[in-house]
Amino acid sequence: MAKIVGGITTSHVPAIGRAIAGNLQQDPYWKPFFDGFPPVHDWLAKVKPDIAVVVYNDHGLNFFLDKMPTFAVGAAPEYQNADEGWGIPTLPPYAGNQALSWHVINELVEKEFDLTTCQEMLVDHAFSLPLKLLWPNEERCPVQTVPVCINTVQYPLPSAKRCFKLGKALGEAIASWDADLRVVVIGTGGLSHQLDGKRAGFVNKDFDLAFMESLIHDPEWATKYSTEELVELTGTQGVELLMWLATRAALPGKVRKVHTNYHIPISNTAAGLMVMECAD
Amino acid sequence: MSSVRQKREIPGTAVFDGDLAQKGYALNKMCFSFNSADNRAEFQRDEQAYCRKYGLNEEQESVIRNRDVLGLLAAGGNVYYLAKFAGILGLDVQDLGAAQTGMTKDEFKAMLVAAGK
Repeated sequence: MAKIVGGITTSHVPAIGRAIAGNLQQDPYWKPFFDGFPPVHDWLAKVKPDIAVVVYNDHGLNFFLDKMPTFAVGAAPEYQNADEGWGIPTLPPYAGNQALSWHVINELVEKEFDLTTCQEMLVDHAFSLPLKLLWPNEERCPVQTVPVCINTVQYPLPSAKRCFKLGKALGEAIASWDADLRVVVIGTGGLSHQLDGKRAGFVNKDFDLAFMESLIHDPEWATKYSTEELVELTGTQGVELLMWLATRAALPGKVRKVHTNYHIPISNTAAGLMVMECAD
Repeated sequence: MSSVRQKREIPGTAVFDGDLAQKGYALNKMCFSFNSADNRAEFQRDEQAYCRKYGLNEEQESVIRNRDVLGLLAAGGNVYYLAKFAGILGLDVQDLGAAQTGMTKDEFKAMLVAAGK
């Protein structure tokens, strides 16, 4: 059976793409962010995942308002990154794993999650930048991937409670896959930030730190909040913490905190990073 | 009648619900088209003709013309698609933040730094 080795959650701010392209990792503005990653690289070298299941939200590259799925799972042999309109370099394609994709799709639909399945799927910065941060030195991402996309563009969004359930079912699906492979679950987005409206620039450090801690000791803590409460507490884009929540829920049982980093600001965002290892 | 009711009033914030998604459809569809470099170039050659091609209403044409960020949101624009319009203008999300809060970009950035202390 496949083994879930743990989870990594990280922000996916587009400006990271520019910083990587400009080799600004040690620039004073960027250093506190990029210095968070070497311990993650060490952990990845230790646990050696074969596949990354990436829980992220599309920002208007693959999906438009004409058809907006709440939950979508990729089932393609390969995923292309593409021009998003504001000029960060396009990264090389990502290998899929269609066997795991279809196993996940079959299991999730069996558990009453009505998914959209995508045999062609463009993946945006929320997918590509975290993988580049985790494997910075390889031209192409060295692990196979399965994208899981959660709508945070158009309301109503799936609730925190629902995303937690999705994550739990996703983890059970991965663990029941009959393949001797190691899987890391990656959740991207957040933490608190707001791009739009008169409240643009809003961040909430106290909430973010409490949320990160909750993932270790009380993973369902954030499920008590409605979507609108989460927007009020974390900002219109801070609600991307739903990806973190689904990722934590995918990890079976207790987790050990391997590493965290938290820094304000990266662009308009409170940038968070966390590595959780399955305790068993 | 409202298609989706926003139950909470969140200061300085509007969630992009069904009402805004309907109202802003043409505007967002135009901005979504800016994923393509050819479309960005076509817009830059003749902004008004490009707006008309996508069926923007008068309000939407006007806020595009005036680069009015809060106006674009009020006209149903979604920030993820509007960011692609901002990209054409060479603006990043901190420029947008400054424009929406009435700060200079430096003031906006300083506010964020202060929030991290």
